[in-house]
Amino acid sequence: MRKGQTVPPTSERTRTRGAPLSLGDRLFAGSATGAGVLILLVLAGVAAFLVAEAWPALTASEDEIPGGEGLVLYIWPLLLGTLLSATLALLMAAPLAVAIALFVTHYAPRRLAAPLGYIIDLLAAVPSIIYGLWGFSVLAPQTVSPSGWLAENLGWIPFFAGPASSTGRTMLTAAIVLAVMILPIITAVIREAFLQTPRLHEEASWALGATRWEMIRLSVLPFGRSSMIGGSMLGLGRALGETMAVAIVLSVSADAFSFNLISSSNVATIAANIALKFPESSGVAVNVLIASGLVLFVVTLLVNMGARAVINRRREFSGAN
Amino acid sequence: MAKRLDVSDLDIYYDKFLAVQGVSMTIEPRSVTALIGPSGCGKSTFLRTLNRMHELVPNARVEGKVMMDEEDLYGPNVDPVRVRRHVGMVFQRPNPFPTMSVYDNVAAGLKLNNKRMKRSDMDELVERSLRSANLWDEVKDRLNRPGSGLSGGQQQRLCIARAIAVQPDVLLMDEPCSALDPISTGAIEDLIVELKRDYTIVIVTHNMQQAQRISDTTGFFNLKAIGEPGALVEIDATTKIFTNPGNTATEDYVSGRFG
Repeated sequence: MRKGQTVPPTSERTRTRGAPLSLGDRLFAGSATGAGVLILLVLAGVAAFLVAEAWPALTASEDEIPGGEGLVLYIWPLLLGTLLSATLALLMAAPLAVAIALFVTHYAPRRLAAPLGYIIDLLAAVPSIIYGLWGFSVLAPQTVSPSGWLAENLGWIPFFAGPASSTGRTMLTAAIVLAVMILPIITAVIREAFLQTPRLHEEASWALGATRWEMIRLSVLPFGRSSMIGGSMLGLGRALGETMAVAIVLSVSADAFSFNLISSSNVATIAANIALKFPESSGVAVNVLIASGLVLFVVTLLVNMGARAVINRRREFSGAN
Repeated sequence: MAKRLDVSDLDIYYDKFLAVQGVSMTIEPRSVTALIGPSGCGKSTFLRTLNRMHELVPNARVEGKVMMDEEDLYGPNVDPVRVRRHVGMVFQRPNPFPTMSVYDNVAAGLKLNNKRMKRSDMDELVERSLRSANLWDEVKDRLNRPGSGLSGGQQQRLCIARAIAVQPDVLLMDEPCSALDPISTGAIEDLIVELKRDYTIVIVTHNMQQAQRISDTTGFFNLKAIGEPGALVEIDATTKIFTNPGNTATEDYVSGRFG
């Protein structure tokens, strides 16, 4: 479809043609519309619940908020902690996911490709608490000595300022666990897109004398672009909202956010903070936690809208016309 | 530019299945050679062996010899990627890169061949290729618009421009007009006739009028029998094939009595 043209909604198009709708058509149109409306209702319901429950915290005075410095200063470090761990996880997982998807779809011999695909799908189904336990008991101890090395040799980079944690339950470990956790889902989405690269486009590259990698760059990656973004955003959404894995892995001991990834003083993420604090909270403290949840909700929404905007910006070039 | 192809005793396999058997032909430079024949007789398969695209299908292989002037295309030290840079191909359905602009589509092959080409040289080559493809006047004001926004006929000429931008020795066309309307088809046919001044052109077509209009030589492919591999029945000057063919099967086919 060309830019600037809009398609009228189905019902309108049929009406102008003057054909009466059959019962089946009406049923289908009705149920599809119903499903669409239901999504909006659920979303509105969640938003309404969050706003209503967060309201007492929004209007409470500063000293009623845990920490005694007001709501904004309570949530701000948590938000930064959430964004840092999730972004870091995405930066680690996304390139790897693209590489794995490419290997599975275009490099692996057929006999290997199919089982690999299943294994990836299987990994996506592992509950996050399992990843959390693995991060806590296996990965964290392993990171202690590399962290020490990083603090010693790359300490001038704020991320590795140190002193290195002696337990390994650091922001870095949490980010790695998150990365491992979101890797399968991103890979699965991207692999699916790469598999569907039209043969016609691949042949266009081959015929020009492209090597395999050049063919991938000319045909496969551009075709999979929106799925790479979409899959990454799906992963980022999961990383932003991940609760148990972070709550188990991260040793929370600070109220102030820092970019230091390997020290033992970390702020929690919003979701992990809610999980850790909720059982022992009452009164306004509960409302404060829900307010932080509202912030997370809004951030996730913005991230997804941003991704959608990026995809749409080059819609004309997507090949969908 | 414009090299001679010499095919001798070429057997084409998909795994163990022999698809085309014993093709021998000489394709003259600066001429149009049309390949006709019923569906499934191996014309396209044969065409794809000339730029080694056939072997992209898993387990596909050939036996025999394809010489391009003095070079054996299936020689032990020949890189198929390099073969494809010298033998261009245009497909049945126009396939410009959808994410690229008109300009980038034409430049795509150039960029593969020559990573450090000056922008001005590139501009010149893109313009020259688009002019040769009779497309320049139609797209010169929208070089930065997506190639997939052009009409079908324009897209196909864009693909031809992309193929000739790298100045191949041979240009293969696999039913390049079968997805186009008669006016676009006419434009492409005129273009093919112009291009044969510089290139060796091999075209697969189902349209016998088209073969008569544009080709100098015509080869007729047919299945030997049901379940048997396809084979080249005869190849000769186009006028001879269509007026006085040497084989009765050819005569039946070109006169429309079967196929």
